[in-house]
Parts: sequence; structure tokens; C-alpha cells
Amino acid sequence: MTVQASLAGNGRELTIKIDGRFDFSAHQEFRDAYEGVSSQVNCYTVDMGGTSYLDSSALGMLLLLRDHAGGDSADVTIVNCNQDVRKILTISNFEQLFKIQ
Amino acid sequence: MDAIRILIADDNQIDRMVLSRIVRNQGHEVYEVANGVEAIEGYSSFRPDLILMDVMMPEMNGKEATRHIKANAGEDFVPIIFLTSLTDAQSLADCLGSGGDDFLSKPYNPTILQAKISSFSRMRQMHQTLQHQRDMIASNNEHLMHEQQVAKAVFDNVAHDGCLSADNIRYMLSPLSVFNGDVLLAAQKPAGGMHVLLGDFTGHGLPAAIGAMPLAEIFYGMTAKGFAIREILREINLKLKGILPVGFFCCAVVVDLNIERKNASVWMGGVPDCYLLRNNGKVETLTSRYLPLGVLSNEQFNDDLTEFPMAEGDRLFLWSDGILEARNQNGEMFGEQRLRHIFDHAHAELDVFEQIQQQLAQFTAGSERDDDTTLIEVRMLQESIRTDLDMHLDSGPLSGPIDWEMEYRLGPDTLKNFNPLPLMIHIMMEVPGLRAMGGQLYTVMAELFSNSFEHGVLGLDSSLKNSADGFVQYYREREKQLQVLQQGHIHITLSHQGDGRSGALTIRIEDSGAGFDYGGIQGQKNPYSGRGIPLISQVCESLNYLGKGNIVEAVIRWPVSPDKRTH
Repeated sequence: MTVQASLAGNGRELTIKIDGRFDFSAHQEFRDAYEGVSSQVNCYTVDMGGTSYLDSSALGMLLLLRDHAGGDSADVTIVNCNQDVRKILTISNFEQLFKIQ
Repeated sequence: MDAIRILIADDNQIDRMVLSRIVRNQGHEVYEVANGVEAIEGYSSFRPDLILMDVMMPEMNGKEATRHIKANAGEDFVPIIFLTSLTDAQSLADCLGSGGDDFLSKPYNPTILQAKISSFSRMRQMHQTLQHQRDMIASNNEHLMHEQQVAKAVFDNVAHDGCLSADNIRYMLSPLSVFNGDVLLAAQKPAGGMHVLLGDFTGHGLPAAIGAMPLAEIFYGMTAKGFAIREILREINLKLKGILPVGFFCCAVVVDLNIERKNASVWMGGVPDCYLLRNNGKVETLTSRYLPLGVLSNEQFNDDLTEFPMAEGDRLFLWSDGILEARNQNGEMFGEQRLRHIFDHAHAELDVFEQIQQQLAQFTAGSERDDDTTLIEVRMLQESIRTDLDMHLDSGPLSGPIDWEMEYRLGPDTLKNFNPLPLMIHIMMEVPGLRAMGGQLYTVMAELFSNSFEHGVLGLDSSLKNSADGFVQYYREREKQLQVLQQGHIHITLSHQGDGRSGALTIRIEDSGAGFDYGGIQGQKNPYSGRGIPLISQVCESLNYLGKGNIVEAVIRWPVSPDKRTH
């Protein structure tokens, strides 16, 4: 499992890419990915192109990110989900909280 | 380096004195002995940190003494360095083979001796630290296990089995499920029927167990007081949102099984698809429509229920993701397809519940079980289960309110979106003698109140309910009237008189409606309406309509005479 963060759009867009299993072991790395960056960021993208699996603590981490990004006014998009990951997000009805593409 | 205690065992007095002088000069404390037997005794009495041992000694040689001392030392590490004038490789190797840790050749070189002493001293310290840490971990673990047992005992009292043992329920739940985050609750509603909740908290261990406690308390407490499932859901969501940190939540499926109306109202948030297996083998899929409990604020929370008509024998199968994610030896998951397969091949002789258990056990055989496979089957019954609680009245007069009266007047805005029944029931339950009649009191109150509200305040015509179509139309009309309600009221008066061993409760409900001709109501019997009144007559000593038919007065006496307890 690896977590990579990259800034774009003049430091306003943060993309966090997660490869491998996204579970509790990613907790610290995932938090570091968005907590360490400048407060200018107002648009977040979570790239799950390389994510093979998602568990409920990963869903919890996504909620933490959403909270960090402003709660109900947060702009968080989840992209490139494979079928399994998409299914887990759908069961949890996370499309009501995140833009999923 | 800190001074340590050193035991020197050598039968040659000169050699011993030389060695002793060197070691003392380096600041260590020394105890001298002259043979192996004395060395063993010296180890016990002096408790040295390190032993310098001659190989050849009378009485008992160094190797033999070493074996004894090492055995006595048990888990403690006592470095033993052999002193020898032998130089051939085999002899030196034999020294280490008999349990020694190192050797030192005569004549002694003080620099090498000092280096060896400090090296073994470090090693001994490291060993002690390790031992200490290991003991601490072991004792912490024991402590934790004990705490979990206590927590589990407390949890079991709060989240008791409820009515999970009812005839129409079968379930599978790991004994330590509270620590894997799964909760399974079932409670009978005061007016018959039941509420069932299957929940799955994020994470494992104590955080999951902590969230489960208020959930269970709210679920059982509010169900017993007659709250509707939507109100219970809202309260649970509010509570969990308030106490759980962001990122922790509870996926849940909640069912309100209405046996009289033959339907199930289901709310699902964040749980995988569940199934409704019909009598005829047809399978319907129930899908989560909402976010898990504890994620959204109550303003955003959606408590809409999906209604499924259920015939007698239709069964609901509910589970958490544990079943789907149970793994076999190769790490493969049990998955939705295998589960669905069982249902698609269901027939009358096949016990689906048992099939799931069997196939799951076969699938996971040989792999380490995750052990959070929670499953429940809820079957629709022909008739409500009503258990009369036996009154456990102590001899001696009962305390509690005996002579009291209360009035409660509800205006249109209150009537629109507030259910006064739980509060009313709560007040009645303060009378110990009425407690055992909770279910019947609820039925009476619910029936009388909804009659006054629907026919009186809203002015709905009960004859609409004479046909199945009209029944639907009736509820549509009710919804419409409720939206536009602007005036009207209901005035509830409760009063109680008694002597502590028996008593009478009078319920009087007056509404602002036009009333009705109550002359012929007792004889009326049709399958859709009027069901309530005969039922109430059975419980009440008297039931009378007054005024123009907009006032109803019921009197309930306790203790209940035996012939009235049969249903």
C-alpha cells in the first residue's frame, strides 16, 4: 500500500493516490497526505485507480478527509474506482457525500 | 560502568587472590568460593550478577556446577565465564557446550577481563529489560482481557438478548461480537410486533463496543415506551453522531415487523443487500438507500422506511458484511454470488438458514476465522406474539403514585408532528400495578387516540376502510389532511385512584371534531376497521362514548382478573 499526494492548480488542488489495499494500515499516511499541505487547497481528489480493496476504516478515513475539507461544503471527488471499490462505496451510499467519478 | 557482584570459584588460592584483586580494583564486589558445591551455595546466598568459574575443581567441577546454577537460575540470565589454562580448541568448545557463556585463559589479562565483564554486564541488563517488558506486556494483556470480560458483562446487561429467542427469529452471532463491532437487537413492541436492529460499527475492540451501548439502550428503552421506529432511528443517529469521533459510524439494517398489518418497514444504511424470501421461493432484494448511522446530522438524516408486505412464513434474511467477507484458505471471499446461489436454489425442503451456516463453515474450513459473521432470519407470523409479564408484586403495599390526575391538551401544530403516546405511557407506568399491563395500555391509548385524531380532528370517514382500495385511499387522505391541518385539538385526561393493592385508571380523550352517532358501533365487524374497539373492550372494564361522540372514556382496573388475560 502506498499513498502519494500531489498539488496542482496553483496549490489549490490536491490529489491523493492510494495504491493497494486501503485499510487501517494507511491511516497515518493518508492523514499526513492532506494535513501537511498548505491551507490554500480547496479541491480534493482521491485517486483510487490502484486501490484493490477498501474496508470500513478506509470509509472512516474518507469521512475524516471530508471533515478536514470543510464538512458539508467540502469539495472531494473520488475517481478511477474499480468495480469492487465502487460497490463498497455504493453500499455505504457515499455518493451522497462525495462526487464519485 | 556500574559496580556489579561477581562470584569467583577457584580451588587454587593464589589464582583466586590474583583474580579477586584485579576485579576488586575495578570496583566490583567479590565473593570467593573454592569448589563447585560452594559455588552453587554461593549463587543462592550471594546472588551474583556474573560468575568466574574454574573448570577443574575438587568435590564438583566447574562444568557440573554450571549446569546446576543455570538450572536454578531459570529464566534469569547469569553469565558464567570459565577460567582455564587449557588452550586446545576442543576443550574450550566443551566449556561453552556445558552451558558456559565464555572462557578466559590463564594467566589473566586485566584489560580483556574488564572488557568481558562490561560486555556481559550489558547483555545481562538487556536481558533484564527484555524480561521486564515481556512481563509488562503479559500483565497488560491479562488486564485487558479482564477488562473486556467486565465490559462484556456490562454490555450484556444493557444490550440483552431482548426477544431474540422468539419463535420467529433465528440468528448467528459470535460470542465476543461486541468487540468485533457487531450488534444484534430485537424487542417486542408494546402493541405487538417487533423491532429488529442489526448493526456493524467501524473498527474493532473497545471503540466499537462503546458505541454499541447507547445504541442498545436507546433501542430497547424507546421500543418499550412505544416510540415508532423512525423516532428511534433519529435518536440513535443523533446520539452516535454526537459521541462517535468523525470517521466512526454504524452500518445498520432496522426492521419494524408489523404482524397485524402483515408488513415490514425496513431502513438500511451502509449494509450489503439483504433478502426477503417468499413462501413460494421467490427472492426479493433489499438495498441500502442511506448513509450509515452517526454520519449525518439529524437535519440531513433520512428516516424514510421501505415497506414490504409479508405473508405468514415469508422470511427476511439480514447480515453484516462479515458473511460476504469471510475468507477461505486461499484468501478468497465468500462473496455475494455464493450467498445468492443458496437463495436461488431454495425450495420448501431446504432450510436456507442452515444452508448458509453449512456452506460458510465448509468455505472457511481450515482458514483463520474472522469470526464476525452475523446473520438473522425473521419470519412473519400469523398472529402477534403477546407475552403477559407476570406481576411480581411484593406482599406489602406498593409505593408509587396512587391518587392523581393529569390533563394534556394538544394543539394542531403539536398534533401534526408529535406522538404523545410514549409520554402518556411513561406516566401510567409510574403506577407499579399498571406496569405489567404496558402492552395493553399502549393498545388502548393508541387506538383511542388515533380514533379521536383521525375521525375527530381530521374528520376522516372510517367507512372508507371497508374495502382494500378504500384502505389505501384512507391513508392518502389522512396524509393530505395532516398537511393542511390548522385548527383543532385533543384533550387527554388521565386519572388514577387506588389503595396500593388494586386501582382504576380512567382515560378520557376529547377531540374538537363533530362526533358521531355511537349507538351502533359495538356490533360492527369488518376486516378493515373497527378492529380496535372489541379489542379495547376486552381490556377495559368499561368503555363509553359521551357528549356528541367526541368524548371517549375508558376505565381499566388492576390487578387484572384471570379471565381477561386470555387473548
